[in-house]
Amino acid sequence: MLRNWWKVITVLLLLYVVTGGLLMDVPRLNILNETVRALYFHVPMWFGMIIMLAISVVYAVKYLRGSNAHFDTVSVEFANVGIVFGVLGILTGMLWAQFTWDDWWSGDPKQNASAIGLLIYLAYFVLRGSLEDPMQKARIGAVYNIFAFAALIPLLFILPRMTDSLHPGNGGNPGFNAYDLDNRLRITFYPAVMGWTLLGVWMATVRIRIRKIDTILEL
Amino acid sequence: MLSQVYYLIKKEVTIEWRNRYAVNGILLYLISTIFICYLSFNVRANQLDPVTWNVLFWIIILFAAVNAVAKSFIQEKQGQFLYYYWVHDPVAVIVGKTAYNSLLMVLMGLIGLLGYVLVLGNPVKDMTLFVVNLLIASIGLSFTLTMTSAIASKARNSQTLMAVLGFPIILPILLMVIKISKNAMDGLEWSDSYDEMVILLAINAIAGALSYLLFPYLWRS
Repeated sequence: MLRNWWKVITVLLLLYVVTGGLLMDVPRLNILNETVRALYFHVPMWFGMIIMLAISVVYAVKYLRGSNAHFDTVSVEFANVGIVFGVLGILTGMLWAQFTWDDWWSGDPKQNASAIGLLIYLAYFVLRGSLEDPMQKARIGAVYNIFAFAALIPLLFILPRMTDSLHPGNGGNPGFNAYDLDNRLRITFYPAVMGWTLLGVWMATVRIRIRKIDTILEL
Repeated sequence: MLSQVYYLIKKEVTIEWRNRYAVNGILLYLISTIFICYLSFNVRANQLDPVTWNVLFWIIILFAAVNAVAKSFIQEKQGQFLYYYWVHDPVAVIVGKTAYNSLLMVLMGLIGLLGYVLVLGNPVKDMTLFVVNLLIASIGLSFTLTMTSAIASKARNSQTLMAVLGFPIILPILLMVIKISKNAMDGLEWSDSYDEMVILLAINAIAGALSYLLFPYLWRS
């Protein structure tokens, strides 16, 4: 029980986010209105994805430094969870866009960039699938992982900022940037980011344990 | 190290010069693609919409680049690799290949531009900027694609994998490049494209640095 204190925190945080996020008062912003609550579900997905993928890259580097199969498993599973977060982020974003921009997909720079980002990481799994030798799979996978992450950063953080985006806070749209992010939003937003990220780590650790059991059973 | 790089580039150029099928193949590929576009759009010169003109050019260059660079690792025989690795430093191998591919791509880009302008007209107002952009883009493409082809060559069905791995990674470069060349076509001031150029150069630098650092891990197999 004591070892799993952070899991208890995760559950509590997410219970609070789901109930509080849907029920508590939110500020009225033009266009956004009640959909501002997507901030608790959509935005943390991207935070979660970036954090998961960053952990994945760290373990890929660790693997290249000292070929330990455990590091490779960690790297793969965090990338897996990162992709799940990315897909959820796109889906929640599309749902939200349907109500605010009146279109599921409006070719917004951030929408496109995140779709490309997912393609890059899906290619990572295709690459791993097409290699047979486990050692080679791990090493080449790690190399590509680092390369992919380096391509992802300009894609998500630099390119969308160079053009106007429909996203709140960009191009004169009302949003929740430094000035608009209201205390009423913050009180749920920060726990939401922490809760969803911890849930991601939890998912990854479970998957890593499953993989470990698998390898032991195979031997 | 530098002498090894020089030696490898020289060897690539010599091989190319002797059997000439690779360069000629890519040249023919470029020319026939341009001609197919010309016939399919069924246009007289200068009638293509500038946006289409621009995008079409870069897509042709992109596919030519994938084909040209893919062969740098994928078409090498296994024994040849063994020989390289026996004789050379891995860093020298990747630097040599990248340098050679950059050279090849710059050449192909310039020839492609010439053919394209001849057949499909020239709506570009600021040709200097367009060519400078083409040079940076060719180098960027070869930096990224050389590493991708090194990764893909280790796997089965590497030709497909080359496209799957390469295209998403190329996209940031391609978006920047298309924007700069649109600026050049509209004849905007150079200072309007500085932001994009800096980002493009930064992406090139990252791709170059990563290939330099990661290739030594890739080659042992």
